[in-house]
Amino acid sequence: MLNRLKRKYDLSGYLFIAPSMIFFVTFVLYPMLKGMHMSLFRFRGRRQLFVGLENYVKLLSDNVFLRSMGNTMFIVAIAVPIVVVLSLFIAINIYNKSAAVRSFFRGVFYLPAVSSVVSITVVWLWIYNPDFGILNYVLKSMHVVNGNVQWLGNSATAIYAIIIVLITTSIGQPIILYIAALGNVPVELIESAKIDGASNWVIFKNIIWPLIIPTTLYIVVTTTINSFQIFALIQLMTAGGPNYATSTVMYLVYETGIKIQDYGKASAMGVVLAAIIAVISTLQFKYLNRDID
Amino acid sequence: MEFKKFGLYNILSFTLLSALTIFFIFPFYWIATGAFKLQDVAIALPPQWFPTSPTLDNFRQLLVPLTARWFFNSVFVSLATTVLVCATASLAGYALAKKHFPGVKLLFAIFIGAMALPKQVILIPLLRLITEMQLMDTYRALILPAVGWPFGIFLMKQFSHSVPDSLLESADIDGCGEIKKFVNIVLPIVKPGIGALAIFTFISSWNDYFSQLVFTNSEAMKTLPLGLASMAQQAEFSLNYGLLMAGALVASLPMIIVFLMFQSFFAQGITVGAVKG
Repeated sequence: MLNRLKRKYDLSGYLFIAPSMIFFVTFVLYPMLKGMHMSLFRFRGRRQLFVGLENYVKLLSDNVFLRSMGNTMFIVAIAVPIVVVLSLFIAINIYNKSAAVRSFFRGVFYLPAVSSVVSITVVWLWIYNPDFGILNYVLKSMHVVNGNVQWLGNSATAIYAIIIVLITTSIGQPIILYIAALGNVPVELIESAKIDGASNWVIFKNIIWPLIIPTTLYIVVTTTINSFQIFALIQLMTAGGPNYATSTVMYLVYETGIKIQDYGKASAMGVVLAAIIAVISTLQFKYLNRDID
Repeated sequence: MEFKKFGLYNILSFTLLSALTIFFIFPFYWIATGAFKLQDVAIALPPQWFPTSPTLDNFRQLLVPLTARWFFNSVFVSLATTVLVCATASLAGYALAKKHFPGVKLLFAIFIGAMALPKQVILIPLLRLITEMQLMDTYRALILPAVGWPFGIFLMKQFSHSVPDSLLESADIDGCGEIKKFVNIVLPIVKPGIGALAIFTFISSWNDYFSQLVFTNSEAMKTLPLGLASMAQQAEFSLNYGLLMAGALVASLPMIIVFLMFQSFFAQGITVGAVKG
């Protein structure tokens, strides 16, 4: 009996997967379920009281949460299209260059992603510094601004200042993916279209673009998920300020859970954020599968 | 006519690409030069684009036991995480790609589903777990949760598909044991995958600011990026920019070197992970 089972199924698979499972269940799966559970409680010191969906209902009328959600959506809506267009533009311009040129540019645009986010942040803090930052100095000498602009201390500009840094740290991976995707476009197709007299734009629109749609969708979703999770840039550059102008959901989860220790509410925020991201990635996988099949 | 249009596009794209390159390189230029500037030079206006009297003073200030400890913590945590992730993920990836057992599809679906989940969503319960297990402020708190993250399993599954079934079958016929099969046949074939995963894990563990911030609280357990961040935050009104740039240089240079050395490995890992279904 066991032998027959063994022939059909290879039960040693369980042993190979066990070490990973132990870590996964303990440090990912269990906390995930526990988080959903915790979002249904109110915490008072060591005591916890079951309150059902109260935490979720409260979020609906919590102005700081709604503002943070709005900021998060705004960051995603601005950053994602720019990342997609810019990375495609850069990839198109470098994919058929020599290997050395390609890896030079790949390096340039991946640098902000590999070097510590803290290093990136401290240099941008200096660039944006109102009194002796490079940005104000250059803009003043070009007569674009007159005074010392508080890029991060001003609620009209702070979120854009952060989005710019976010874009620089997000663009490396999409470029690498686009270079790979463009390399897979059959050269014969492009050559024969050129012989038929098609312009570069027509070639791009009718041949290249349809073939790189799956890559584009993958990039859209991963960039969206990453932008939803923006945290370090916010914490280090503005701490959500001024007056919550740059507070994001992820930053608020941290503030509520770690600083104020309102575990129930913070967990509810986490679940809402996860639900939004889950919906977006489900939509993506549907589209992706449709296009591949 | 045709030639002219081509030329115009080329000029435009060349200009834009150059501008972007300068924009991306500049912050690193500013870190690299800023590290050699004393505070009065760093905040001088007009800015000193190139330090005329470079100083090693900032680096001398970093050479204290505490910063050395931060550096050690970063190296140790990243190395330990990398070794554990590569070991567990190569085993699991092989099983998911090549073995048939009840629940294999479901397990993979769960791993993938968890990967799409933002890591920070489990922050609060994970923090409580770490506290209850009395791991707060230990190396284990910085290492073990990262090993649970399923990205490596996914990547190694993709690479394990390239192991030919015929090779595994003939090993079975020869009476080769499971462990021997894994070590002698699978591992040599998936080596490039392990290389890519190792670089990925090392860099992301070094840069995992969020976990480092939440799971440590003593000065001695801080990592280098975290220590740098607290230097920047403590001195909010009198930031010593030269010192910060020296810190930023030391915190990011190792990663930049690792990345530049293994760039093609790295690119391969990204594309295999993303493109093959």
